[in-house]
Amino acid sequence: MTVPNVAEAVEAVASHLHPTPSWEVADHPLPTGREEVWRFTPLRRVKTLLEDSGATGESLDWATELPSGVTLEPIDAQRARELAAEAPIDRISALAVQNCNRAYHLNVPADTELSEPIILTATGTGQTVAQQFVVTIGAHAKATIVVRYVGTATLNEKTDLIVGDGATVSFVTITDWDAGAIHGGHHALMVGRDAQVRVVAASLGGDVTRMAETARYAGPGGSLEQFGVYFVDAGQHVEHRLFVDHNAPRTNSHVDYRGALQGEGAHSVWVGDVLIRKVAEGINTYETNKNLVLTDGCRADSVPNLEIETGEIEGAGHSSTTGRFDDEQLFYLRSRGIPEDEARRLVVHGFFADIIRRIGVPEVEERLMVAVEQELAVMVGGANGAGE
Amino acid sequence: MSELRISGLYVEVETEDGPKEILKGVDLTVGTGEVHAIMGPNGSGKSTLAYSIAGHPKYHITAGSVTLDGTELSTLSVDERARAGLFLAMQYPVEVPGVSMANFLRTAKTAVSGEAPKVRTWVKEVNEAFDKVGLESSFAARSLNEGFSGGEKKRAEVAQLELLNPKFAILDETDSGLDIDALRIVSEGVNRYTAAGDRGVLLITHYTRILNYIKPDFVHVFVDGHIVAEGGAELADRLEIEGYDKFVKAAKANA
Repeated sequence: MTVPNVAEAVEAVASHLHPTPSWEVADHPLPTGREEVWRFTPLRRVKTLLEDSGATGESLDWATELPSGVTLEPIDAQRARELAAEAPIDRISALAVQNCNRAYHLNVPADTELSEPIILTATGTGQTVAQQFVVTIGAHAKATIVVRYVGTATLNEKTDLIVGDGATVSFVTITDWDAGAIHGGHHALMVGRDAQVRVVAASLGGDVTRMAETARYAGPGGSLEQFGVYFVDAGQHVEHRLFVDHNAPRTNSHVDYRGALQGEGAHSVWVGDVLIRKVAEGINTYETNKNLVLTDGCRADSVPNLEIETGEIEGAGHSSTTGRFDDEQLFYLRSRGIPEDEARRLVVHGFFADIIRRIGVPEVEERLMVAVEQELAVMVGGANGAGE
Repeated sequence: MSELRISGLYVEVETEDGPKEILKGVDLTVGTGEVHAIMGPNGSGKSTLAYSIAGHPKYHITAGSVTLDGTELSTLSVDERARAGLFLAMQYPVEVPGVSMANFLRTAKTAVSGEAPKVRTWVKEVNEAFDKVGLESSFAARSLNEGFSGGEKKRAEVAQLELLNPKFAILDETDSGLDIDALRIVSEGVNRYTAAGDRGVLLITHYTRILNYIKPDFVHVFVDGHIVAEGGAELADRLEIEGYDKFVKAAKANA
């Protein structure tokens, strides 16, 4: 007789919120738009991401400087599957894997402590790309990795981040696309035993972004922070669908996504699912999404879901707020003589600075604060009296 | 000599059951060099008076006027009133995450004085103001009021009062929830602010104990939306012994 391990103890949970992962494109039928997981997505605009038009042979232009010991190498499809945290959970990412020329593997070896962030810049020049990227962080390593997308492209992607036991990792994705970019995919994350993982998703540009972000734990004691920042302007669609699977005891997750919307047709979607399995005793989770709606004509959908299969936990909660400015904050600032425009700027600035300051990567924090300033410039529409 | 004059003030607040009249004809004039205490039971409308003078959007002035040196405040925006020389120390100061105290104070000082404070002396001034109310200088880097204890928020309000140095300050139950040490520190701050004799204070309180530290020149008893009795500091002593009951009963009999 064998002692049941965690994997065996993890029961199947029937739920529409987290579809069954599969490497086979056929297992992910073309959505109709009536499915719960697709109902917020403008299917017409992501048509190219959902159709199987075969491999294009194109890729983004990647640039990086790697510290010694860290490797970035092509790997074959079989190896990519072996390394992956999880199979694709949607059609977009299944197509990314199937149609990708060659998967790439970034490896930070065990016990490596990097003092500087690894910054990878992927530039698109209008091509249609299927991409598979696997990042592995060895046990007890410390690393910060930033992936920044610029230019424009139609991109299907699957990214896996596998964090070894006791490792400390920050993984930042910035979609800094120009207008016209369409980007969909699945980021799958495996948090090692006692690992400390911070994942940041900043959605700044492009026409449509639809990201599924899933996380599981390879053992007890892992801790995950997921921060998101997004700015959605007229006509843009930004969708983040998160799923944290507490499949191991004494694991933590803290999710905080914040967005600002302005302009006709700006649409944000945030779905934050958390599953606490029977085995996941002593866990702690909190998810929050806050949307600041700056003008008329915007739409923010925000749906937190919590499924709890055990009551033996430390804490579980979520919150979601969507609204215009907080009148009490504005009143307080204005009661000190600060003009209304400037008070609004301070509040928006603070709303984002509050989360950006926790990212811990100066280069990224600076880039995001610049983006905040740009959003504010649009918001005040060149009104005078609001300058610093 | 400046003057904050409240005359025939009627104020409504929006409620679920429609507008409700809270202030029912308030007449009061505060001159510079004067400390006026407004004392009254809970629900008498004291805070409404403070917030409607400051211009909170929830309150609507339906009749009467509030002028500062002849300028009608009710037609001014909240920030214009502050720039005219009004300051409201709030009972529950609002938390603004991500906006540092330092940035907030510099922005507010620039707004009320019309020019940016000098970088070199300003930081020192802020540190001194914090030090005087017993706040560490590290508070400058913290988000405005975020995670401050009740007492720290009140101390920070008084530090703001000293730094912004308005003509008139309305203190809305600044003493509530303070332990005796904090009460003394906060009161000393208010006394420093009024020391030069060219500032006016409207001190709103439920309790008489703050008046052991801040000596009022005038005491007004506030019941059911208006002033029902006026006197000097001795009126507060009477309230300490007799409580508000007599005034509340008299107000009911007259209603």
